[in-house]
Amino acid sequence: MLDHLKETDYGTPKRESTQEVTLTIDGEQVTVPEGTSLMRAAMDAGVKVPKLCATDSLEPFGSCRLCLVEIDGRKGYPASCTTPAEAGMNVRTQRPKLQELRKGVMELYISDHPLDCLTCSANGNCELQDMAGVTGLRNVRYGFDGANHLKDKKDESNPYFSYDPSKCIVCNRCVRACEETQGTFALTISGRGFGSRVSAGQDENFMDSECVSCGACVEACPTATLQEKSVIWLGQSEHSAITTCAYCGVGCGFKAEMKGNEVVRMVPWKDGAANEGHSCVKGRFAWGYASHQDRITTPMIRKKITDPWQEVSWDEAINYAASEFKRIQMTHGRDSVGGITSSRCTNEETYLVQKLVRAAFGNNNVDTCARVCHSPTGYGLGQTYGTSAGTQTFKSVDKADVIMVIGANPTDGHPVFASRMKKRLREGAQLIVVDPRRIDIVKSPHIRAAHHLQLKPGTNVALISALAHVVVTEGLVDETYVAERCDPKSFNEWREFVARPENSPELMEAVTGVPAAEVRAAARLYARKGNSAIYYGLGVTEHSQGSTMVMGIANLAMATGNVGREGVGVNPLRGQNNVQGACDMGSFPHELPGYRHVSDSTVRASFEDVWGVTIQPEPGLRIPNMFDAALTGSFKGLYCEGEDIVQSDPNTQHVAAALMAMECIVVQDLFLNETAKYAHVFLPGSSFLEKDGTFTNAERRISRVRKVMPPKAGLADWEVTVRLSNALGYPMHYTHPSQIMDEIAALTPTFKGVSFDKIDQMGSVQWPCNDAAPEGTPTMHIGHFVRGKGRFIITKYVATDEKVTRKFPLLLTTGRILSQYNVGAQTRRTPNVEWHSEDRLEIHPHDAEDRGIKHDDWVGIQSRAGDTVLRATVTDRVAPGVVYTTFHFPESGANVITTDNSDWATNCPEYKVTAVQVMPVMQPSAWQQEHSRFNRVQQGLLSAAHEAGAK
Amino acid sequence: MHIDSLVKMANQIGDFFESMPDPVEAEEGIAIHIKKFWEPRMRRELLAHIDGQAGAGLHPAVLHAITSHRSVLA
Repeated sequence: MLDHLKETDYGTPKRESTQEVTLTIDGEQVTVPEGTSLMRAAMDAGVKVPKLCATDSLEPFGSCRLCLVEIDGRKGYPASCTTPAEAGMNVRTQRPKLQELRKGVMELYISDHPLDCLTCSANGNCELQDMAGVTGLRNVRYGFDGANHLKDKKDESNPYFSYDPSKCIVCNRCVRACEETQGTFALTISGRGFGSRVSAGQDENFMDSECVSCGACVEACPTATLQEKSVIWLGQSEHSAITTCAYCGVGCGFKAEMKGNEVVRMVPWKDGAANEGHSCVKGRFAWGYASHQDRITTPMIRKKITDPWQEVSWDEAINYAASEFKRIQMTHGRDSVGGITSSRCTNEETYLVQKLVRAAFGNNNVDTCARVCHSPTGYGLGQTYGTSAGTQTFKSVDKADVIMVIGANPTDGHPVFASRMKKRLREGAQLIVVDPRRIDIVKSPHIRAAHHLQLKPGTNVALISALAHVVVTEGLVDETYVAERCDPKSFNEWREFVARPENSPELMEAVTGVPAAEVRAAARLYARKGNSAIYYGLGVTEHSQGSTMVMGIANLAMATGNVGREGVGVNPLRGQNNVQGACDMGSFPHELPGYRHVSDSTVRASFEDVWGVTIQPEPGLRIPNMFDAALTGSFKGLYCEGEDIVQSDPNTQHVAAALMAMECIVVQDLFLNETAKYAHVFLPGSSFLEKDGTFTNAERRISRVRKVMPPKAGLADWEVTVRLSNALGYPMHYTHPSQIMDEIAALTPTFKGVSFDKIDQMGSVQWPCNDAAPEGTPTMHIGHFVRGKGRFIITKYVATDEKVTRKFPLLLTTGRILSQYNVGAQTRRTPNVEWHSEDRLEIHPHDAEDRGIKHDDWVGIQSRAGDTVLRATVTDRVAPGVVYTTFHFPESGANVITTDNSDWATNCPEYKVTAVQVMPVMQPSAWQQEHSRFNRVQQGLLSAAHEAGAK
Repeated sequence: MHIDSLVKMANQIGDFFESMPDPVEAEEGIAIHIKKFWEPRMRRELLAHIDGQAGAGLHPAVLHAITSHRSVLA
């Protein structure tokens, strides 16, 4: 029953070497890469060597003395975990003397360990228990009355796991996991000898320490010392399934361990290519929202948003929604309705929503939340390289010599990738950070950025041109690469442009605020021989020149020859789990799946043949255009799946007014989110645990999402869209998401070889996956760019309209925090609120002092769009003149302040630059007071519906 | 659609393409971008603004680009 819990553990990490050695272990000949430990070589030969302090995710430590072996010609009994295999060795792992030694070690361990196996939470899944059995321990000669730790107090401070020191064998695995796997260095072994104990921080409890609750220590612990509380409460699981995390764009593989239809725990999948057995506090622990009491599991309808909700059957809700959409189209025209697909839903679900809009609505008014995050990536990389995607695998960073992080905060936003990056930095890679804030990775344990270019918000393009100026004028261009790989005309124009004096670091210093010498040094470091990789986030895209900046990054990487092999590249760190996939699936109003413009008659024809409809050749409305059109009366109906546009889109009051001007809003979601409060039809959504499908992460990796429990409302999201389409008069006949993927593959050249079977066989696959690359494409643009020759684009700096004035003297920039995710709909409904229970405003001590603001004070933040009130955190993490907040809590109203300014090419909002004033206040803003009232009313209408339904 | 918003968006597009060395290519770029990414009712309203208000608020190069490529944008 517990077999599914036992992953093969090779004891020490895999080594890569071009040299191999052949040796004999217990009479079996085995050949392994040079550098492989005897323990791992033995596993390859089918021989398990007893162990406790070794595990294959950590470097060997050699402390437990259980893995001793005999080697011909060598004295003593070396530890097999720390002894490398050598050619010709003859090793024996099972000898009476070895058994005697091992049993002696176990005797000592057990003499200071509770004998409560039958009532222990790790019973059946405990390595100490296993080793006691393997070594044949039958008694403990020392007795149990001596000094021991059996009454040591538990640390229950972490909401997700407990630390029971009485069960600790001081194997150091947790400490090493915190260092090697996570890179936080929050744990240590305090004391010496018998007094040695695992200690968090400065002898603090886990919650008060620097621990980020990633779970690496829990995963590494061989006993019940560090144990998930869910396992303590529920017991060990009885079956499991491999699935993919529904949080950020890293797309970690997880093993969902189940007891019936109940999740016992989520364990990071060792073979998950994106995460290789690591996790963060969100994916590992914060899945409780899926069964939260706020889940709505009955469809609801109402005529007006002031009416009480009425719980109805699925058929009634879907027929009502369809009739409303039809009525609106009859009255206001075909183009008066549209849909929004979700980056939180599966590829199959987003594909169906855009298909419904194009085939059933008969227009192209479909967009996705990537509009407000990475749409500039699509435009910028499409223009320069020929396709909208990151160029690398995450693992590629292992070969980077210089890492430039621009406008991304990986330790908070993409923590599992950040751990991989930090590991490489500890190995000696150099780091350049471009960010207005001093984010954690600038200076953290054993990591210090060589250059932190702390630019003023809104000046990215000025900085990238200055960096390029140095590359061009100091002879750092990789001329051979450019000559072979890039379009010469565009390169020469770009070279002439960036070489102009006005783009020099010295002249741009006044714009960016970054000392010219720092810019020059950073450019030289990035352009030096070796592998340089760029990782960027929404600090690049969410600007009025977001697309220009993406192209500037692409230019810089091409000019220095840093695209098209491992260790280099241009890598957008996608915010939500399926941003890449939602974009791939044709969610944008101008593109069909595979990034092909709707004006291409050949592409349209291929879809028209299969779908049996005529597809409009003109682009549809983007999300901000939908709002504008709603306010001027030409857009009246919206099908919104899995997004909370009221909380996440800028200028909240503008968005709310647009929704109130519409006649039918259909929201499909897990909860009554902020958007649903303006809706007329609520269709219950299904969590990632309740459906089959695929997510595509930031490295183009398509991974399976597997259903481990039935949908709580009876239907998975894809089934809801099928029913709505059927009711609209465009029948869909899928009976399983695999059929949807088959259709995607048949119609999308880059997905031609993708199928559920292929993913099941390979674990995951990176697109393009087709005849030319049947096993997928880990690294893009090898040999040539997708578009042929790489195209340089001139990137003139244009200052944003959002300028500081005497009235609005500070620049607000927004971002995320580790424990919360996006609008917080999921993480706010988990114990993650213990780390972050409110959005706060970071303000520099100088700016705070000028305004009489102290730490924890309530402050009003006023912009040209609106105002809100938050508590202040006074910190020099932000520069003078810059303030910062997150947007995880609806009542914060962070997006009440942000404006309608947007990227010139894509309309991606300029979240990162808002001119504001900040002053101490005594009460919530007028918007917050109205929001509170509106929320109470809407919650009341929901409760009334529940009560009526219960009767 | 609010015409002020459309004018601002068109001018932003102009700011980008105007940095291209070839003015003909730049004007073509402005028109093609609007054609590829703007929903037809947005384009119609911008053209109506040019017809009715002489394109008030549009940068000269943007106005010229749209006027020159009107057949593409209609």
